[in-house]
Amino acid sequence: MEDMLFYDRMQFAFTITFHYLFPQLTMGLSLMVVYFKWRFLRTKIDKYNDAAKFWMKIFALNFAMGVVTGIPMEFQFGTNWAKFSELTGGIIGQTLAMEGMFSFFLESSFLGLFLFGEKLLGQKLHFITGFLVFLGSWASGYLIIATHSWMQNPVGYEILENGRYVLNNFGALFSNPWLLPSYIHNQMASIITSSFVVAAIGAFYLLNNKHNDFGKLFVKTGVLFGLVSSVLVAFPTGDLAAKNVIEYQPVTFAAMEGIFETEEGGSEIILIGQPDVDNKKLDNKIAVPNILSFLTYQRWDAKIKGLNEFDESVYPTNIPGLYYAYHIMVGLGTIFIALMLIASVQLYRKKLYTTKWILWLLLFMLPFPYIANTTGWYTAELGRQPWLVYNLLRTADGISPTVSSGNTLFTLLGFIGLYLLLGLLFIMLAGKIINKGPETTKHI
Amino acid sequence: MELFWYIVLMTMLTIYVILDGYDFGAGIIHLFFAKKEKDKKAITNAIGPFWDANEVWLIAVGGVLFFAFPTLYASSFSGFYLPLIMILWLLIFRAIGLELRGLVHNKMWEAIWDKAFGISSFLLALFFGIALGNIVRGVNLGMVTNGVSTHEAHYFFLPLWNTTFSPQAEQLGIIDWFTLLLGVIGVIALAIHGANWIIFKTNSGLNQKLKKVIFNLNFVLLALVIFSLTIWHIIEPKPFHNFMEYPWLWIFPLITFTGIFGLFNVKTFKKDGLGFLFSSLFLFGGLVSTVSSIFPKVLPSTNNVNPSLTLYNVAADEYGLTVGVYWFVIAAILVAIYMFIQYRVFRGKMDDVGYGEH
Repeated sequence: MEDMLFYDRMQFAFTITFHYLFPQLTMGLSLMVVYFKWRFLRTKIDKYNDAAKFWMKIFALNFAMGVVTGIPMEFQFGTNWAKFSELTGGIIGQTLAMEGMFSFFLESSFLGLFLFGEKLLGQKLHFITGFLVFLGSWASGYLIIATHSWMQNPVGYEILENGRYVLNNFGALFSNPWLLPSYIHNQMASIITSSFVVAAIGAFYLLNNKHNDFGKLFVKTGVLFGLVSSVLVAFPTGDLAAKNVIEYQPVTFAAMEGIFETEEGGSEIILIGQPDVDNKKLDNKIAVPNILSFLTYQRWDAKIKGLNEFDESVYPTNIPGLYYAYHIMVGLGTIFIALMLIASVQLYRKKLYTTKWILWLLLFMLPFPYIANTTGWYTAELGRQPWLVYNLLRTADGISPTVSSGNTLFTLLGFIGLYLLLGLLFIMLAGKIINKGPETTKHI
Repeated sequence: MELFWYIVLMTMLTIYVILDGYDFGAGIIHLFFAKKEKDKKAITNAIGPFWDANEVWLIAVGGVLFFAFPTLYASSFSGFYLPLIMILWLLIFRAIGLELRGLVHNKMWEAIWDKAFGISSFLLALFFGIALGNIVRGVNLGMVTNGVSTHEAHYFFLPLWNTTFSPQAEQLGIIDWFTLLLGVIGVIALAIHGANWIIFKTNSGLNQKLKKVIFNLNFVLLALVIFSLTIWHIIEPKPFHNFMEYPWLWIFPLITFTGIFGLFNVKTFKKDGLGFLFSSLFLFGGLVSTVSSIFPKVLPSTNNVNPSLTLYNVAADEYGLTVGVYWFVIAAILVAIYMFIQYRVFRGKMDDVGYGEH
């Protein structure tokens, strides 16, 4: 039974981590494609239109990857988490079915039209199809986070005698206080990924001295989108999301911040250190006094509950994992703001395109927004453990009752092998599109 | 309310089978009949702009099943664990084949991905047929051994096969000779369907040959369908019970056979889309006839201890199902509009799409 839970969790964690590499890019990128297309309509400069079409190609590749790795996500609720699906399907089935109906059809239909239909549609309609793709991908994020929010902070439900959760207030799913801060936080994080990718490809072109016009456009657009989103992801959205955690899951907050003991007179903020859960302390700690209290309650001496005030039975299952996930996300987020600020200053001084070291940094930062997004989700998910639905349903009680651990290990290994191949081929294909570069419009 | 969602679900499932069915069918044709490079190109052009939108229907079907019939979703998805995960792998493999073939211009590379695309399409058609066979045959709900349930009454787990391959064994397997028969029917029906789509959407040099293929396969299909009907009583003693009770249901078998017999005229069709219409009729009629033969059951029990799953004992609660109607109607109208626009823009032949060229 222990093995079973472990393999189920590993399989879900592995497949969702891999899957989310793609939607986090497409959600942000769709916005940037719409921006490029809009600039083209305003200025009639072909460069913008070529840029929009080039990035939509990258979008399409990522979208296809998102579809084929997304179907397993939906299936796994039933295959591996049957008990969870049976008990909560009447509630989270709503938002998941809505996602399929409202966003995927919108996204996939108009993506095809955007990619193959420019001549048939004319420029204005082509812009609208791009906008609808953006709308579809953001609606998808919204409905997924609505589902996620219900699991973090269940609302609008009642429990039947047979143990099932049923919905009694549809509106509550969408007015859940957890939803809006998480959603905007997540969308900003998604724009960070896309702007870092766009900037990195631009830097790649400039450093290689090819497609220079596009290189400049991509670096500039990436840096501006990157600056705005890096700031917004921290404040106000990250801040509000953290306040939700302290209000609804205070023990999670203590664990992710690494606060073992309540400190009278205000809590310090931990920058670096390794949690030692057995001895309830942090090794090699570097911390700044009172900052955490101030950030959380805007008072230097506000009291923040440490792990010592909670019963061990409600501790998050993996405290060090949660702590690292959170600190990696926050640390990277801080670096993103710093890098984008410096790049913006150079852009303002018209020196960005020739400042080689910043271009190199922009190029090498490419994987890090992916890491930050992933660890951000790990913070949310590990923070909820040992619960599948917070305070209602334990993860161990949600797995499929009849599937053996041998079968789950078999499919887990299969997914690992297949996704390794898939990832390799994706990199080859994306590399080929990027290396070839945007096609410039020919006027005959 | 349960009945409303049952009809919605079956309608969406039928649309999925018709749409992704031609994708799989085109893959089967690609595997067996496309030898020349330009024929292969024609096939990928014919499905290229559509396949991922078609697979969205699978997600939507899964979503509605999850939402409206959570117990059925939980029970069947965990019980059919292995084949479902394998279907996922095949879908991924198929997509890779389709998308990556054009990445490198090298004979060996292309041959590998052609086979990946073709074989996974073939296996998907086979698996979906087998899945339908499993649903009508039923499963050992509660995993009863020696008259005692070993699990909750609505859960089960099936291995891929047991040693007897018999649909009447106490411990069933997913693949037995009955479900395999439905799998083969699935492969042939979708091969015909895919060939019709290729004829409909392209001017490829393959079209004349495909008409012969359709004509010949159609005989095999008819023979297998009739054969399956003569032995159906083995898995269900009274297969026509519902049809006797509600005679208007005969319209669905009628549609099925209209599809088959219509296709015997494939060589003389004036319009290229007509064949596709007939194979769609066959798929629609066949699917609806099959599920209505077990109605209101959605997953029969093969033991006497636990009751069959019916649409009434697996549905979500009344409030949820009722609220769902509001958003669903809005969404369905929107989807219809998207589909109309999409197929309107991409009407006609697709030979020049240039799919898969990067």
